[in-house]
Amino acid sequence: MDFRPLNRRQFLKVTGAAAAVASTGIEGILLGGRAPAYAQGTRLHIVRWNDFIAEADVVLRNQAVEASKVLGAEIVFEFINVGDLQPRITAAVQSGSGADITLLLWNWAHLYANALVDVSDVAEPIGKAQGGFYDVFSATAKVGGKWLAVPHGVGGFFPNYRRSWHEEIGVKEFPQTWDAWREVGKKLKAKGRPVGQSLGHGMDSTTFTYPLLWSFGGAEVDESGKKVVLGSKGTIESVRFMQAFWKDACDEGGLAWDDTSNNRAFLAGELSATCNGPSIYIVAKRQQDKLKDDKGQPLYRDIDHALMPKGPAGQYHLNTPFQHGIMKYSKNEKLAKDFLGWLMQKDHYEKWFMANEGYSMGPAKMWEEHPMWSKVDKPLQIMRQAVRMSLMFGYQGPASAKATESYTKYVIVDMYAKAVQGMRAEDAVRWAEGELKKIYEA
Amino acid sequence: MKNRVGREEAGSAREVVSAHPSAPRPALLASVLDDEKLLALLLLSPAVLLLAVFIAYPFAMGIWLALSDASVGNPGHFIGVKNFVKAWNDSIFRTAFWNTAVYAFWANVLKLALGLWVALLLNRHFCGKRLVRASMLLPFIVPTVLSALAWRWMFDPTFSVLNWLLYRVGLITVKLPFLSDASWALWCAIVVNTWRGMPFFAITLLAGLQTINPDLHEAASLDGANAWRRFRHVTWPLLTPVTIVVVVFSVIQTFADFQLIYVLTGGGPANSTHLVATYAYQIAIGAGLLGEGTAMSLFMFPVLFAVVWIQLRYLRRLEGM
Repeated sequence: MDFRPLNRRQFLKVTGAAAAVASTGIEGILLGGRAPAYAQGTRLHIVRWNDFIAEADVVLRNQAVEASKVLGAEIVFEFINVGDLQPRITAAVQSGSGADITLLLWNWAHLYANALVDVSDVAEPIGKAQGGFYDVFSATAKVGGKWLAVPHGVGGFFPNYRRSWHEEIGVKEFPQTWDAWREVGKKLKAKGRPVGQSLGHGMDSTTFTYPLLWSFGGAEVDESGKKVVLGSKGTIESVRFMQAFWKDACDEGGLAWDDTSNNRAFLAGELSATCNGPSIYIVAKRQQDKLKDDKGQPLYRDIDHALMPKGPAGQYHLNTPFQHGIMKYSKNEKLAKDFLGWLMQKDHYEKWFMANEGYSMGPAKMWEEHPMWSKVDKPLQIMRQAVRMSLMFGYQGPASAKATESYTKYVIVDMYAKAVQGMRAEDAVRWAEGELKKIYEA
Repeated sequence: MKNRVGREEAGSAREVVSAHPSAPRPALLASVLDDEKLLALLLLSPAVLLLAVFIAYPFAMGIWLALSDASVGNPGHFIGVKNFVKAWNDSIFRTAFWNTAVYAFWANVLKLALGLWVALLLNRHFCGKRLVRASMLLPFIVPTVLSALAWRWMFDPTFSVLNWLLYRVGLITVKLPFLSDASWALWCAIVVNTWRGMPFFAITLLAGLQTINPDLHEAASLDGANAWRRFRHVTWPLLTPVTIVVVVFSVIQTFADFQLIYVLTGGGPANSTHLVATYAYQIAIGAGLLGEGTAMSLFMFPVLFAVVWIQLRYLRRLEGM
């Protein structure tokens, strides 16, 4: 090693860089122009889901190499199935060892609050630089006034529909209200082209039923999050609507669907519309040589997206916010914060955002204005508006761990599922209200 | 008297071993090997250690978790039986518990009936017997997740090959709601479990059948017993011990089943196929409520313990006869 004495100028340069790193994290590192001194062999392990857009994971892998050089430590991504995230987090937290950073979906920051590091010092500057995160992140990633996770993006859910089939019955634009959708769906079902909606236990059923509930004025709890208010007129009306919508417009096999069933049925030309992410469109485009419409043309050209319909009380979406949390057991907290700061810098984040081509939306309104949106296919452009209408389960109260318990038990989904199988709307709501009281008021 | 003779025999055997001239042993090793109790302890200790680490510790930990309000990242405090009370007041849990009982009961009845029938058929001589016997095991060999996925496709509400077939041959005009109707779905799960578990019954019972001396059947035939009487008074009594062991194993496995339901229905529609294990997983891992989830899974313990105890007691009585 070289131990040549430093002159005054060199000393100031080095100590200045170190001070900058210590005081301002990643900005300091970049100002200093050199990697901070992490112990040799330091390794930062990040666990994320397998992105539906494989190119987005490739970008992250490449960025890990780049960040390793900048930060002076080995940074490694591990991609696992989405269903394995929670078991992995649980095992890691309980054993006190595992990945340093984990991708958190929904409101998991509330669920694992005791195991997460306060990352307000990372999240707040990022939010400020991007003009403020979407409100939904305040509900999901902020616990007790502290950011326990750094917002990363949002996955959208909305009606996917066959444009030409709607046009054939004189519908130029996708129905704007639930009632209008029921009327249109009725005509299409009569032609053997039903709406396909899952009421099974999965993500697709929740992202449909919660917005339906909210748009009729129903909610699980009041603003305190401690009083169940599900038994409202609005909820009962929404259940009655669902009973009629199911019978008139939907494929009744949806009770048994998982999150892939509607994708398969739509791509096979069995459905006129279904609520889903844009994965149907993207698969249809990727496999345009194989997936054709009834006229023999590539199917993707006939697929469009719309916002969730409006109800008497408004228009809402339940989208999937995702964020990164640093685990308390991590021995690399400082490095993890520096990395997240680096990853979320505009020019770095932009690469991942653009690789997604609209599949994932940014964490702040700023990303709605990104030039990428003018380049992506028109059916994908509508998605940037969906995040503004996002609420989180547990609404009107906080998106607490109790809200997750209700979500995990599929109480809202099963309220509708019971009703469409013949239970009276009032009884289905009473059953769900009773279950929610055991969760929220116990 | 018998024990003393045994000890004397063992003693003479030791003398023979120790008299061997070519292997002088170190004193410590010799004393360990010569002390029966110490040797037994030494030989048993690896198994005891394994049981303690992988069975006893998780079980004790499970009991502690069930009696606490532990959640992910929160070690929890002792709260007595609150989790058990909460679980029992949870209508979804009660549904899951009932489903588990129905599922385990009917799946085992069907597996036993079909397994016994197949075992009796396979016990006969026919061309290609070995091939048929080997192929019987296929459902048991295929990983549950894969076979459940295949069945899921066959029951798919939109693309079911069964519906397609029944429609083509004119037996139905509308699709059968295999997994989309609450009562159909549980029966479909029972059918899949039976399909998967029946070979285990068949092969084990076949092994039991082959231990029965053919002379007994011959003697019964000479006495004028017809096929049913030969089965009732010769085959069944001799097959009962094997049957009980198979049923005990199967009840335990079916009652604690997870994979099949998790893949086939996810517990839906509207919780109609949730089993205790799938619901407990959902609560412990999905909602992070480790205490509640563990309490739910422990509800299975007394039931399984009772089943095993009754059946083993019966088996012991048979052996004593």
